[in-house]
Amino acid sequence: MSKARVLVGTKKGAFILTSDGKRKEWKVAGPHFAGWEIYHIKGSPAEPKRLYASQTSGWFGQIIQRSDDGGKTWNTPGSSPEELKSPEGFPKGEGNKFVYAGEVGTHKWYDGTQHPWEFKRVWHLEPSLSDPDTVYAGVEDAAIFKTTNGGKTWEEFPGLRQAKGHLWQPGAGGMAVHTILLDPKNVNRIYVAISAAGAFRSDDGGKTWKPINRGLKSKYELADPDAEVGHCVHRIALHPSRPEVVYMQKHWDVLRTDNAGEQWTEVSGNLPTDFGFPIEVHAHEPETVFVVPIKSDSEHYPPEGKLRVYRSRSGGNDWEPLTRGLPQKDCYVNVLRDAMAVDSLDPCGVYFGTTGGQVYASANGGNLWHPIVRDLPAVYSVEVQTLR
Amino acid sequence: MIRVELPYHLRHLAGVEGEVQVEVGGPVTLGAVLDAIEACYPALRGTIRDHTTLKRRPFVRFFACKEDLSLEPPETKLPEAVANGEEPLLIVGAMAGG
Repeated sequence: MSKARVLVGTKKGAFILTSDGKRKEWKVAGPHFAGWEIYHIKGSPAEPKRLYASQTSGWFGQIIQRSDDGGKTWNTPGSSPEELKSPEGFPKGEGNKFVYAGEVGTHKWYDGTQHPWEFKRVWHLEPSLSDPDTVYAGVEDAAIFKTTNGGKTWEEFPGLRQAKGHLWQPGAGGMAVHTILLDPKNVNRIYVAISAAGAFRSDDGGKTWKPINRGLKSKYELADPDAEVGHCVHRIALHPSRPEVVYMQKHWDVLRTDNAGEQWTEVSGNLPTDFGFPIEVHAHEPETVFVVPIKSDSEHYPPEGKLRVYRSRSGGNDWEPLTRGLPQKDCYVNVLRDAMAVDSLDPCGVYFGTTGGQVYASANGGNLWHPIVRDLPAVYSVEVQTLR
Repeated sequence: MIRVELPYHLRHLAGVEGEVQVEVGGPVTLGAVLDAIEACYPALRGTIRDHTTLKRRPFVRFFACKEDLSLEPPETKLPEAVANGEEPLLIVGAMAGG
């Protein structure tokens, strides 16, 4: 019997929501790591019981947590009693050590001056598609790290920051690698997105990177609207069957590329506003895309107080509002960039969490929604595992 | 034995309840006690002070015998009452909220 397991990171802990394949009745477990900010939790596609979580605090910094039993128990990699007794030579207690490689360098600060890179937290953890011990971490200040030993130690790919990093600038939420997409057809190809630097691609497993922002226009954010870097890309998403097609929710504008980022085309079409944060692709229909329009960069809530997911079945431009089961009055929550996910059951399930603490689910591709849980802390991230 | 009180979240992270006790071989300095805590509880590395620079995290404070030792250098000897186990070293999260 298939199951769905939804992994929710919130401002005050992690929650794990489980259901059978019907996705009508849900169990809520948590909070895990109560009181800590959980930016992201994600499971390994290669070993679904293996989960990784980014736990952070303004007081005590970054922690990486790992579960080997689907989230029942957790440990900080490299610090468990068993690991301390083992004769392995890896450093102990360094699962949360993220040190930039080589010369740290500077990036652009809010006021336009140069500012040294400073590690703040891990925004996103992307486990390898084939190896449970290999994970990529997107961090603030923007950089990408990798572990190959289950999170015990991390090393940066400094080539990313060499892609004109001195011109990157933080947005209001900071400057972070918030999206990492691994190409399932090409192990050497990785896409990342950074606010506010843009989208970047590596074709050699992370050693070197190039900006892929041609076609993006940021008239109100950049002096040169067509600049090579500096765009505030909020999220990118792809369908595994067609990884050269990537969809993007930018600060303003929804876009797509059909050639792995060499050229982007705006597909905002008839959206009520093309500002927003998450974007997701249907698990079985590569041309079906979901976004959640938000009123503006100054007013981070749905237009008219109506929470609407918009779905395009044509890869963009033609969008339909999905409202059944969602609040259509007095709703002023936001949906953050990492807070939307799809399962691979049939029909495809779609999930998103809000800053008001609701996690909504649709078991039929967005036609009808219901809240799995209503009163969590502000939701930072939502991921879903399809368990068979 | 040196007695140390950790803040709530770090007790959870270390998997301990109440005070912890650590042994320090040489002079009982702030740095030596932090070294001992991190050796006993590696999950706390990086949470009290930076991994590389060993600087105290900005929102962490060190109190002992009604004194704030947060700004003292790591080679500072802790008060005799802490060194002989009569009083604990308090590691606390800086007050926040209102």
